[in-house]
Amino acid sequence: MSGFFDIPSDLQHTYAGLIGLHLREALVPVLVGLVVSLPVAQLCVRFRWLYPPVLGVTTVLYAIPSLAFFVVLIDYTGQSETTVMIPLAVYSMVVLVPAIVEGVRSVPPETLAAATAMGFGPVRRYVQVQLPIAVPAIIAGLRVATVSSISLVSVGMLIGNQGALGNLLHDAQIYNRPELAVNSVVTTAVLAILADAALVAVRLLLTPWMPKESAAR
Amino acid sequence: MIRIDSVTKRYPDGTVAVDRLSLDIEDGSITVLVGPSGCGKTTTLRMINRMVEPSEGTILLDGADIRQQPVNTLRRSMGYVIQNAGLFQHRTIVDNIATVPRLLGWGKDRARARARELMERVGLDASLAKRYPYQLSGGQQQRVGVARALAADPPVLLMDEPFSAVDPVVRKGLQDELLRIQAELGKTIVFVTHDIDEAVKLGTMVAVLRTGGHLAQYAPPAELLSDPADAFVEDFLGSDRGIRRLSFFPSGALELQTAPVVALDADAGTIAARGSTSGAPYLLVADLDGRPLGWGDPKDLTAGEIEPGRLLSHGRPFVHGKDSLRAALDAAVLSPTGWAVGVDGTGRVVGVVSQQAVGEAIRSAHALDRGGEDARAVR
Repeated sequence: MSGFFDIPSDLQHTYAGLIGLHLREALVPVLVGLVVSLPVAQLCVRFRWLYPPVLGVTTVLYAIPSLAFFVVLIDYTGQSETTVMIPLAVYSMVVLVPAIVEGVRSVPPETLAAATAMGFGPVRRYVQVQLPIAVPAIIAGLRVATVSSISLVSVGMLIGNQGALGNLLHDAQIYNRPELAVNSVVTTAVLAILADAALVAVRLLLTPWMPKESAAR
Repeated sequence: MIRIDSVTKRYPDGTVAVDRLSLDIEDGSITVLVGPSGCGKTTTLRMINRMVEPSEGTILLDGADIRQQPVNTLRRSMGYVIQNAGLFQHRTIVDNIATVPRLLGWGKDRARARARELMERVGLDASLAKRYPYQLSGGQQQRVGVARALAADPPVLLMDEPFSAVDPVVRKGLQDELLRIQAELGKTIVFVTHDIDEAVKLGTMVAVLRTGGHLAQYAPPAELLSDPADAFVEDFLGSDRGIRRLSFFPSGALELQTAPVVALDADAGTIAARGSTSGAPYLLVADLDGRPLGWGDPKDLTAGEIEPGRLLSHGRPFVHGKDSLRAALDAAVLSPTGWAVGVDGTGRVVGVVSQQAVGEAIRSAHALDRGGEDARAVR
């Protein structure tokens, strides 16, 4: 008799293994997205004219269904985790670039002027003043990107069992075991909630300088 | 000394913010740049630390062109205070103040020790050191701003409308504090404001700029008030510059009368004698410590039965020798009897003086001033 947590052997993973795989496929793209978004956002802040076209391009990329991405990418990266993660990284950039740009722009002009007047060079000013003050906005962006990435990983099931927990949906159909579908949905949701809570905790740790009322948001 | 030598700032769109401005700023002085918005005062200030580069002309610091040293070295040698303080909201108060020493490569402990020292100097409680800027009032934040500018002990302090965003009571406190700190440290301060009263109060020299970045007048505040260069400066000074100028004449020259002053326990004979001979319509009653209680009609004062509660208010007294003629005149005008009460530093009555006598003192002070005597500022 097969139970809620009995994972069919064709997935080649235990339940815990699927969770680990799911988190890796969801979070690595967000990290990569963040690393790419930081310089892109800084360019957008530096050269104001660049921001609207960058925003336009990322929005169009967001409108491309992941399935279409897979079709193109399969020729290059095959039926692999990478093929799943590339679109997810692009999607997270769509959220992160504007979040970082708005965060960096929210630094009060007198704070920037004071930093310049005290002899901060542009790099030091960015790293020591603008970025730390943008942390709340960046983490707000990361929360959206992370949650959506965790839910989107499941689509990877369509390119040959690369969907981690999403693969359970497929197995639920072929083995006629609806409890696997429930397992997939509930576990994914719990992961998303936990990841979100972890990011809120990180924000609270990084920003002891925020007024308590607005930190509660 | 900072020498601004025929400096012009022209923006690419053709706007001229500063037009062939020349100013010599003496060491150890407070030089105030004042004028309406768009007069180029902030632009001028920002050219001194090269946040704005002049289109023409040069700025010399102790004889050397400021462009000769690396820009960040120059900036770290000049304290900068800005409107709304511009504190780093993500750093504690002590770390905000330690910013420039840290940039100069001081160790963390030494920089923080220095920061705590400065907190005391600007009147901030040591318990605020670990707080964040959002936990401080506007006035406290501005004090942090001043401490941060002073942290590396720079010879020059640039202040860009530092006190204009706080309420008038706090502003007065900050201004007094700045004068006190300046008396101790003797920095070369360049101070930008749009408030002419602030300029007159703080400035050793005041440069009045008009829209378009032209210098209208550069003079000590007393001279500005007595001899405005043109209609623009006169207009900018406002309607009561004659009264305000009195701030620069000490009240020490006033001859106070002691005859109209009686003690609470004065006998009937004294009250009668003082009432008829002093020339004052009322007598000032002082308590046994010599502090003023109020004015009384000599006819109504009965020896041994003077009730302080029934006397006329003596108003706010002026401190003889410390306050200016402006304070003395104000005290006389506000007094119900037309006589001002002069007290010493401890609040004891020195004597009283009539409006008329204050008026005569003002006339003779003006005459002396025209005779070439420098009016010494009294604040």
